[in-house]
Amino acid sequence: MWSLGNIAHSIDVWLNQTFSPALALLIEFVIVGTMAISLFAVLGLVLVFMERKVSAYMQIRVGPNRVGPKGMFQTFADTIKLLLKEGLTPTGSDKFLFNLAPVIAIISAMLLLAPIAFAKDFQMWDLNIGVLYVSAISSVAVISILMAGWSSNNKYSLLGAMRSGAQIVSYELSAGLSILAIIVLVGSLKMTDIVASQETGWWLFKGHIPALIAFVIFIIAATAETNRAPFDLAEAESELTAGFHTEYSGMRFALFFLAEYVNIFIVCAIGATLFLGGWMPFHIGQWTAFNHVMDFIPSSLWFFGKTFFLIFLIMWFRWTFPRLRVDQLLNLEWKYLLPISMFNLLLATAIAILGWHF
Amino acid sequence: MSAIQYIKDIYNAVKSLLIGMKQTGYYFTHHKEIITQNYPEEKQQLAERFRGEVVLTHDSNNEHKCTGCTACELACPNGTIKIVTKFELTPEGKKKKAIDKFVYHLELCTMCNLCIVACPTDAIKMDQAFEHSVFDRSQLTKVLNKPGSKIMEGVE
Repeated sequence: MWSLGNIAHSIDVWLNQTFSPALALLIEFVIVGTMAISLFAVLGLVLVFMERKVSAYMQIRVGPNRVGPKGMFQTFADTIKLLLKEGLTPTGSDKFLFNLAPVIAIISAMLLLAPIAFAKDFQMWDLNIGVLYVSAISSVAVISILMAGWSSNNKYSLLGAMRSGAQIVSYELSAGLSILAIIVLVGSLKMTDIVASQETGWWLFKGHIPALIAFVIFIIAATAETNRAPFDLAEAESELTAGFHTEYSGMRFALFFLAEYVNIFIVCAIGATLFLGGWMPFHIGQWTAFNHVMDFIPSSLWFFGKTFFLIFLIMWFRWTFPRLRVDQLLNLEWKYLLPISMFNLLLATAIAILGWHF
Repeated sequence: MSAIQYIKDIYNAVKSLLIGMKQTGYYFTHHKEIITQNYPEEKQQLAERFRGEVVLTHDSNNEHKCTGCTACELACPNGTIKIVTKFELTPEGKKKKAIDKFVYHLELCTMCNLCIVACPTDAIKMDQAFEHSVFDRSQLTKVLNKPGSKIMEGVE
């Protein structure tokens, strides 16, 4: 049967038969790197178009509709425009850091792709601390934002970067604690174990109330960590022009933009893996006939379907809710989300120990 | 802050957020009523009192009603209209004043409607055209009377 896992396996076997193991490994690195970069490009194009169409539909507008059928090639035109634009470096800026910041943003986004299981047996690196790796690397993104804000030598950039620093540092706590609630139920940090544990049902349904609360908190924290409205204080275009990337133009701006959308995809992919079963089809307990029918839908489709559902949810938030003030933002985290997620972790632990989950 | 108030706050916050999401979700799924227009193809129906530019009305015989009295030129607060007159010979051999050029500076016009009010013969009126952008400023200076046009019979 055709599946991404089988194709990857047969390519691996063929390469190892034809070349020496070291050369085969090198070729696989190149293939994986090329695929990661092309996934980035495709995600950037698709998600920007999706965002514009979703926002248009929610605001009773038409949205992009000129370039190509239904405006489908609008993002291609935008990309070409950004590629051709001049990339200015302000005179008073720290040139080295200024040019380094977007690269770090994109690299930290790229590193996060490694442990994500895109389909059955289709994963770059199934390391045994997958979730810990993700939450560790996602904190690196804040360095690029602070670097961009500091090196721009611009008050708006600096303000945006500082806000973003406070925001990401505080929301990482509740994101981590809500992830922990699921880790407690699974008993493993490995991505394959987490997906395999959901064969009889997704954790969102199996884990009772704690999983549900953890899911809601995770979605809120994920929205905040990716600096999106209603938590887009780092950009806040009505107050800080564009926040940390005010001074960026051309391709360097495009890298920040791309990193933002790729981060959304990755955060939603993690959320889908933890709460909605990753590539695991929709299974209900011991209903073998129903489960067998669901298995006919390819696992990659399940994964991308769930991820795009979560992305749509985050876009829905963005085009519905107004932006929070800085004090409201920190109040929400420290007075509400953190105590609730701590209590929730306790509840999840009790359920895991008593074995009340299905 | 009491514990009950704390839980009540969370409940009310979640409820109000869900109300907002329900509204945008409704708009998303009912994508029929669009409040914007695809501009160059479908244009908005403009209000009757909208003023775009001054035009000199001509009938099918290429005749207009302007007598060249310059009432509009005098009424204009910022010198938008300049009327150049000439003398024409009537069939009876008399000299009669007529317009040579009705010069209209669109770039100066504020669409105040005072010229239309001042006109004794209702020769000029406000048109609803609004796409006036040009590449050269001189194209905004227009001559309103068409070449070869005459004054209508019986208009004094």
